[in-house]
Amino acid sequence: MTQERILAYTLPALVAVAVIGVWEWAVVALDVSPFVLPPPSAIVDAAVANWQSLMDSAWVTLRITIAAFILALILGVGMAIIFAQSRTIERALFPYAVTLQVTPIVAIAPLILIWVGLDNAERAVLILATIVAFFPILANTTLGLRSADRQLHELFDLYRATRLQRLMRLQFPAALPYLLAGMKIAGGLALIGTVVAEFAAGSGTSTGLAWRIIEAGNRLEIAKVFAALALLSAIGIAIYALLSLLERQLLKRWHESARPKE
Amino acid sequence: MLLSFDHVAKRFPNGVEALRDTTFTVNEGDFVSIVGPSGCGKSTALRLIADLTKPSAGAIKWSGKPPTLGFVFQDAALMPWATVEGNVRLPLDLTGTDTATAGARVAEALALVGLEAFAKSYPRELSGGMKMRVSLARALAAKPSLLLMDEPFAALDELTRERLNDELRELWAKKNLTVIFVTHSIYESVYLSSRILVMSPRPGHVIADIAMPDPTTRDPDFRISPLYGERCRAVRAALQKGGAL
Ligand SMILES: Nc1ncnc2c1ncn2[C@@H]1O[C@H](COP(=O)(O)OP(=O)(O)O)[C@@H](O)[C@H]1O
Ligand SMILES: [Mg+2]
Repeated sequence: MTQERILAYTLPALVAVAVIGVWEWAVVALDVSPFVLPPPSAIVDAAVANWQSLMDSAWVTLRITIAAFILALILGVGMAIIFAQSRTIERALFPYAVTLQVTPIVAIAPLILIWVGLDNAERAVLILATIVAFFPILANTTLGLRSADRQLHELFDLYRATRLQRLMRLQFPAALPYLLAGMKIAGGLALIGTVVAEFAAGSGTSTGLAWRIIEAGNRLEIAKVFAALALLSAIGIAIYALLSLLERQLLKRWHESARPKE
Repeated sequence: MLLSFDHVAKRFPNGVEALRDTTFTVNEGDFVSIVGPSGCGKSTALRLIADLTKPSAGAIKWSGKPPTLGFVFQDAALMPWATVEGNVRLPLDLTGTDTATAGARVAEALALVGLEAFAKSYPRELSGGMKMRVSLARALAAKPSLLLMDEPFAALDELTRERLNDELRELWAKKNLTVIFVTHSIYESVYLSSRILVMSPRPGHVIADIAMPDPTTRDPDFRISPLYGERCRAVRAALQKGGAL
């Protein structure tokens, strides 16, 4: 590992250690109420004490997040391919994709919940999270599919390439960096969408981490709220790290963004 | 005669008239350079020949059935995500050549441009001159009989350009190619061509058709011969007369 890579990991770790240390010390020294801000040690205790229920809930949230992400990926790329075939279709449909994107998800949630049935809350959450995650993939891939070099397009014309050949050998590879950037955004949004939708779906119907937070908050178990929050952050970081790794692996040989530094 | 432009005009939908009443012929085995000021329709003429765009008046006629074409663009136009080999193979893949034949053709084309050792490299790992060689190999892979080149060496340094000029001249002599070579360099056109077509400023048309005898006997010494200077002056005079200089 280069010195730079080592620094990239050790610096944030040092910051974390320092912040946790100061936090622990300040809560005790300033006598802060545990209902306002529990010390890190209490959060760890709460996490250990509630480990099973937190893990079950984290799994529910993670499962829906991943499913929403994959659905968004399929729908976003599929629609982008359709848009790339015809400007007319794009002009006709893109405004609706934007509308879906800018409408606050919390506002659509009750409607979706009614449509899929109140006893299908998990499916409602999945749909809502997919709606949130879908747009950056659609927008990025649409742009990417159009970004292929004009002279390369002429080369494909010269050899009478079929639409499928052009899509697979020219437009899709050209779109890949855009798609991967969109996926990194969508991964985070899928998690946010899932949590927000869980909140919106309301009490009792959902069993994800959002519900654990509401429940613990209602009971003033603030340490448990923090434990659930930490789990959510961990999931978000893991998703981002995995997608960044995928991006680096797919682009490292050829893309300028992945050119090794001198 | 291989092909002829018969009073060809090209007006783009935005109203720009790139070519007006352009007439010339190209014979089999010619190395024809098209020289003219920037924006006079040289690239448009090549794209018309390659059927990438249609004339708005006149016709492009072939003596027989249109030959297999190779096209070399100004900035190599390589796929950055594909290896050198993958780039050179593209025309063969697109035309459905079987794998064994394609492999042999790619190897042959890479040998012609001296890039066998770089088959697995990616474009970003290559110099400008090497990229242009890949582009040339790609055009040659489909075994064209007519090679269209649009200012292929304009972006290269002078030494690299002179070396590639020599390689191209040898290729042309060896491979029975017809070459149509667009350039804005008088010197390059005189060094390479068997004929030079001089174009007027836009809307472009051919204002002079100058023969350059004995193209196959040239070597780097030709660049410093009195004949070379004389011919460069003749092309320059034709450009001047057309109002391009
Ligand atoms: N697709 C196009 N649409 C509109 N105008 C074009 C197009 N292609 C070229 N032109 C215009 O036609 C003229 C000739 O272009 P071009 O053939 O590229 O010139 P050259 O290669 O000689 O520099 C230029 O003024 C250019 O701007
Ligand atoms: Mg041009």
